[in-house]
Amino acid sequence: MNMPVMKSEVTGAVSGGSGAPVMAAKVLPLAPKRPALQTRPMTQVKEITARILPPLIVVALGLLVWELLCRKTGATLPPPSRVFKDTYELIVDPFFDRGGIDKGLFWHLSASLQRVALGYTLSAVVGVALGTLVGQSVWAMRGLDPIFQVLRTVPPLAWLPLSLAAFRDGQPSAIFVIFITSIWPIIINTAVGIRNIPQDYRNVAAVLRLNPFEFFVKIMVPSAAPYIFTGLRIGIGLSWLAIVAAEMLIGGVGIGFFIWDAWNSSHISEIILALFYVGVIGFVLDRIVAGVASIVTRGTAAN
Amino acid sequence: MIPYLLIDHVDKSFVRGQSETKVLKEITLQVDKGEYVSIIGHSGCGKSTLLNIVAGLTPATVGGVIVEGREVNEPGPDRAVVFQNHSLLPWLTVYDNVRLAVDKVFSSSKSRAERNGWTLHNLDLVQMTHAKDKRPSEISGGMKQRVGLARALAMEPKVLLLDEPFGALDALTRAHLQDTVMGLHQKLGNTVIMITHDVDEAVLLSDRIVMMTNGPSARIGEILAVPLARPRKRLELVANAPFLKCRQRVLEFLYERHRFVEAA
Repeated sequence: MNMPVMKSEVTGAVSGGSGAPVMAAKVLPLAPKRPALQTRPMTQVKEITARILPPLIVVALGLLVWELLCRKTGATLPPPSRVFKDTYELIVDPFFDRGGIDKGLFWHLSASLQRVALGYTLSAVVGVALGTLVGQSVWAMRGLDPIFQVLRTVPPLAWLPLSLAAFRDGQPSAIFVIFITSIWPIIINTAVGIRNIPQDYRNVAAVLRLNPFEFFVKIMVPSAAPYIFTGLRIGIGLSWLAIVAAEMLIGGVGIGFFIWDAWNSSHISEIILALFYVGVIGFVLDRIVAGVASIVTRGTAAN
Repeated sequence: MIPYLLIDHVDKSFVRGQSETKVLKEITLQVDKGEYVSIIGHSGCGKSTLLNIVAGLTPATVGGVIVEGREVNEPGPDRAVVFQNHSLLPWLTVYDNVRLAVDKVFSSSKSRAERNGWTLHNLDLVQMTHAKDKRPSEISGGMKQRVGLARALAMEPKVLLLDEPFGALDALTRAHLQDTVMGLHQKLGNTVIMITHDVDEAVLLSDRIVMMTNGPSARIGEILAVPLARPRKRLELVANAPFLKCRQRVLEFLYERHRFVEAA
């Protein structure tokens, strides 16, 4: 049996009523400010070095090990020095265009980026819209969420034959694969963001009688922005992953096809160079979306 | 005669599955124009639920709320709420938080310049003009409540609803803000309903104190009129006999007759 326990609560009486005794406090002079400005440039240089030096050392060591391992006769992969020598022309002149698929790396990369831009923009717009619907309406969630959960596990390339059959062309198929790959994290994160809008903000909106459009623009989007951008960031990564694989299959111009073509002609050095570019561009894309996110969600994340 | 604000036989029960919890029972309360009414009770007695019913954020199960002869059953700027946790939008500046409300309420009746002026005027009322370009995360808790108050006042509500507005503040800030609210009430003559669990605060600020019994099925146990002339001065009231008497009455109600009992 539980005994009822009395909650001996001290009243909030301390808060107001009693007059506080007034005492003169001794004023302590503040210590003079340190001249922080002068020391700054030095510390900044130090900080930058501390950030840049470690990855540089790791890269140098990695290249060294690679060089030593692949230098021996009979090594299947070329050492970095060979890679650089073989691909020197591709590096210094990325803009040549000899017609057909014999183009510089710039053209391949820009073709891939265009596809990603189209597919990703499409999936961002549709994904945020669908995510809002699923987050806001219980019935939409019950109806759509199970389907999303199944579809999102389908690997990107599994969509390709189907979309080739539907579009009968490589270009829209590649864009569709980008779209269908990157849309799921956008939908799911947006929905979570919408569902997590604090009841307080909804109350404020209710008291102000915001109409649905105003509610969407003024409350939903800013409140869910951190979640939406998490989805968008995962999405851009996935679409860059998918494009390389899709282009290997559809052919034409594109960095994926470039890699596949290099493999078929046994230009292993070119593959390595292409991988380097793919990695750098993927990183840059991620940083761009992250940068936009940090500008847009300023203030929202805090508090 | 119909009173300015009438809470008419309000019952509220929450149904979850098979079980039904009755929170409020037979609440009837009249509030006159310009009156400052506090609702006090132990936590969990349903006082916030009652405020939400007046605000229209929670529907009453039985009964209704009438403001100036018209029933209200959905939220609106005529019953502006100052929320316990300020509820400012963190992505907007102090100015924009108030401006959002001003733009919405006076979209047709005031010009752009007038809305700007009105926003600044209300920030000035709560002495927050200096921080108008700051974001809520950059100002203190007391300042956030001031902005919340400015936002509510800017809607020119018929009834101002304060949901434990000083609950999360330290004692000194709270006293300071109480004085601000008292001054504004004096100046603007708003009709105010305030939820509180602080006895001194209730006596200091209110014209009448509504004391609620413990839930479930909380009722209005007693209504105490505070016969103190305004303007009231915090320090002068410390030894004021009617003040102490009111204080004692409320304390007796809360701690003798309706002691907070919690099953362990």
